[in-house]
Amino acid sequence: MMEALIQLKIKRQDSPDSKPYWEEFTLEHKPSANIISCLQDVARNPVNRSNQTVPPVVWESNCLEEVCGSCTMVINGRVRQACTALVDQLQQPIVLEPMSKFPLIRDLQVDRSRMFENLKKVQAWIHIDGTHEIGVGPTIPEKQRDKSYVLSECMTCGCCLEACPQFTLTNNFMGAATFSQVRLFNMHPTGAMEKEERLEAVMGEGGIAHCGNAQVCVEVCPKNIPLTESIAEIGRQTFLQLLKNLFLK
Amino acid sequence: MAKRTKRFIVIGGGLAGLAVTMKLCEAKAEVLLVSYQAVKRSHSVCAQGGINAAIDTKGEGDSPEIHFYDTVKGGDFLAHQPPVRDMCFQAPAIIHLMDRLGVPFNRTPEGHLEFRRFGGTLYSRTAFSGATTGQQLLYALDEQVRKHEHDGLVTKMEWHEYLGAVLDADGVCRGAVLHDLRTGAIFSEGGDAVVLATGGPSQVYGKTTGSTVCNGAAAMSAYLQGAKYANGEFIQIHPTAIPGQDKLRLMSESARGEGGRIWVPRQAGDPRDPLTIPEGERYYFLEENHPLFGNLVPRDVASREIHDVVYNQKLGVGGKSMVYLDLTHHTEEYLEDRLGGILDIYQKFTGDDPKKVPMKIFPAVHYSMGGIWTDYEDDGHGLIDHKSPRNQMTSIPGLYAAGEADYQYHGANRLGANSLLSCIYTGLMMGPGLINYSKNLTRHYEDIPTTVFSQARLNWEGRFQAIKKMKGKENPHQLHQELGEVLLAHVMIVRENSKLEKAIIQISDIETRFSDIQCLDTSDWANPEPSFVNQLHLMIHLAKIIAKGALVRNEFRGAHYKPEFDLKQPPKFDPHEFVDYLEQQQYGETDESAFPPDHQAYMKRFEENNKRWLKTTIAQIKNNQPEISYESVNTSLVTPRPRKYD
Ligand SMILES: Cc1cc2nc3c(=O)[nH]c(=O)nc-3n(C[C@H](O)[C@H](O)[C@H](O)COP(=O)(O)OP(=O)(O)OC[C@H]3O[C@@H](n4cnc5c(N)ncnc54)[C@H](O)[C@@H]3O)c2cc1C
Ligand code: SF4
Repeated sequence: MMEALIQLKIKRQDSPDSKPYWEEFTLEHKPSANIISCLQDVARNPVNRSNQTVPPVVWESNCLEEVCGSCTMVINGRVRQACTALVDQLQQPIVLEPMSKFPLIRDLQVDRSRMFENLKKVQAWIHIDGTHEIGVGPTIPEKQRDKSYVLSECMTCGCCLEACPQFTLTNNFMGAATFSQVRLFNMHPTGAMEKEERLEAVMGEGGIAHCGNAQVCVEVCPKNIPLTESIAEIGRQTFLQLLKNLFLK
Repeated sequence: MAKRTKRFIVIGGGLAGLAVTMKLCEAKAEVLLVSYQAVKRSHSVCAQGGINAAIDTKGEGDSPEIHFYDTVKGGDFLAHQPPVRDMCFQAPAIIHLMDRLGVPFNRTPEGHLEFRRFGGTLYSRTAFSGATTGQQLLYALDEQVRKHEHDGLVTKMEWHEYLGAVLDADGVCRGAVLHDLRTGAIFSEGGDAVVLATGGPSQVYGKTTGSTVCNGAAAMSAYLQGAKYANGEFIQIHPTAIPGQDKLRLMSESARGEGGRIWVPRQAGDPRDPLTIPEGERYYFLEENHPLFGNLVPRDVASREIHDVVYNQKLGVGGKSMVYLDLTHHTEEYLEDRLGGILDIYQKFTGDDPKKVPMKIFPAVHYSMGGIWTDYEDDGHGLIDHKSPRNQMTSIPGLYAAGEADYQYHGANRLGANSLLSCIYTGLMMGPGLINYSKNLTRHYEDIPTTVFSQARLNWEGRFQAIKKMKGKENPHQLHQELGEVLLAHVMIVRENSKLEKAIIQISDIETRFSDIQCLDTSDWANPEPSFVNQLHLMIHLAKIIAKGALVRNEFRGAHYKPEFDLKQPPKFDPHEFVDYLEQQQYGETDESAFPPDHQAYMKRFEENNKRWLKTTIAQIKNNQPEISYESVNTSLVTPRPRKYD
């Protein structure tokens, strides 16, 4: 699908409470162009299709190699990172929209702090005695390490939440990424010591019980994280915890 | 009276910033952590290959002392030796700590830490976590800092930009001027000290392996406030990157650590499919020219060889600026396990599967060995006194720097997998010194007249108002691209004085055009344009430092290669001869016949050259230009000698 020109159609919005509008740009095609290089080209010459000079498009980016999660947006209806969206693999006009499940900041930029707040709620960290020198870490079988590694590649991009029907702008559902992190920390020999606290957190409001099992999260995750497996595993762990709570009370 | 709580401002939440934050919180200090974006998205996530520590789990006889030697030799002896040695001795403890924090480091069959080889050493010294080591390390620290945030010790100000330091009448740093990137508000914050953990400046070259926020602006702001900037001309060009429009993505050195071989067809312009070219018709130039280190020679050496093969011998693949990096001799399972993540990146951005076809790569700007000048205090025994408030302090009292933003650990060329180490090391090591700095203060920021803070804020407000009023003809993003092109054309792998002089004139033209810039967006809400214009202004200053530093340093050292001043090491020369030669001098029994005459002459040249140039470059602002001076290097532990990797 090599074309001489690139047509971009971008949903813009100047501020959280102003009205969105569409703006189109025509750009010169360059070899191995991606959405990032297109937006950079717009900034170098911010003139829209009606020949008006406009403010450059605002978006979030950093690593440009799909490990930081910054440049997530909806491209031709699919939520993904702009850096790995190669122009030659996209239908034109290429339509760019901000993610819809997070508060909008401006243009293609949204506020994903809710994801980081959720990590606090579930204590997504390992408790240590201190950073001083106290010898080697736990011995871990390579197979188990490999399982943790896959989960640990989650870059908090939010694709899974954008796609999830249960996760909305206004409710407090935690979503797949958070559950998967609970699984990660519960799996670690030291992390497992706070397993119960984490499970209690996902047994409350916005927790695992609200998962509708739509299974779309796993389809959109750019890191191929086995999210449905994580949800099933946390479902199992919380069920056991529930029994334990009943039994002990 | 209640005990006063110490309060620090840390700018940057990469490895260095998070490490120091964690350490300060452990000492019960409060930290204001400032970053352009969510700290979890910091540039450190890009690091793929690994982190060095001489733990020697393979029984190869590695030790921190050898790690130290490899590092100073890799840096062509330009780094102060006690800090480097201390870092190498702390490295094993750092890896064990990161392991305890949950980093999923690859394991041996027995469940211990696995190590791989990297450039510039003959030992397996690099711990790694799949192909996303930086991401995994950063996440572990991010999680600890989130815990301290949860406990109320850390206040994060993400989506905030550091503009400059608040200096009191005595020139002591008492806080920072910050810019809220959403509301546009500019304000000052007070702290006992400010730490710049703001990462590297590779964006000054435009297209690099770095992230979009690696602009060096914070370091340059410190420089404009009088801080010394050191070794600016030492820029690392990584030998293996993937060409691209928006960025030159790195192909990690771990690809070579896992056996990747670099080659070109022996016949120029050979049009055949690389897989059909027989071994005998392939030119594995690194292996042929450096039999001992082969594909794992240090980066400066590898980049120069590729440059030579492509531009002088005209053997680039298909006549273009590319060489092959070949892993196809390994099984797909092995590659998936050891290098999965980075090979995915290659495939995602080029469409080719590197498990099946050799990759096409070329050198790209990667890392700055230079950075803000920082201090250290050694303990008199070749290590660092960790309690000293001098450690990592810039030449402005109360302003500190750590991580890629400082200059101290890599000399004239950084070894692979040593940067993640230096970032975490500086962050952790400086903690106690910062606490002591605060303890020793007779006046704290609360005791400083509020006008000092309001004046600093007003200055920056004025600056931003002026930027918003810029209505000229130049597009700042276009000008940034042109600035990068000047440096790429003239201040790269091979440096010539005539070209460097040209670069300086062209940078000065860009500086003139800067005053005719148009600020593309003047609105108040979430507007990145005025910040970008300010950053561009700072990048122009950095370009001047790099170009001038390169012009005046008339020698060849590490990444700074000037063929005109190459001392031309004789082919059979052994670096130990030089140590003997120095010993003979020391004991006054010079025996000219002990060495072949060409070796003798070379050693004289080497000695003379070191007398003149084994010095740290210092840039300080004077009349809007960098004034260059030199400081001596602490070489008290290992005698500087010629490098050789054959
Ligand atoms: C592609 C790539 C691969 C690499 N691989 C390796 C490797 O395998 N091994 C290795 O040892 N090294 C590697 N390196 C080098 C290493 O990644 C970096 O040197 C290191 O991560 C830098 O960490 P840092 O903490 O200094 O800064 P960074 O991680 O760059 O973080 C800087 C922080 O400062 C913030 N910041 C900067 N300026 C401002 C400002 N003005 N206001 C507010 N916030 C600001 C940013 O938001 C960010 O949070 C690699 C580098 C690249 C480019
Ligand atoms: S689980 Fe996957 S989709 Fe969800 S935030 Fe993490 S990386 Fe993104």
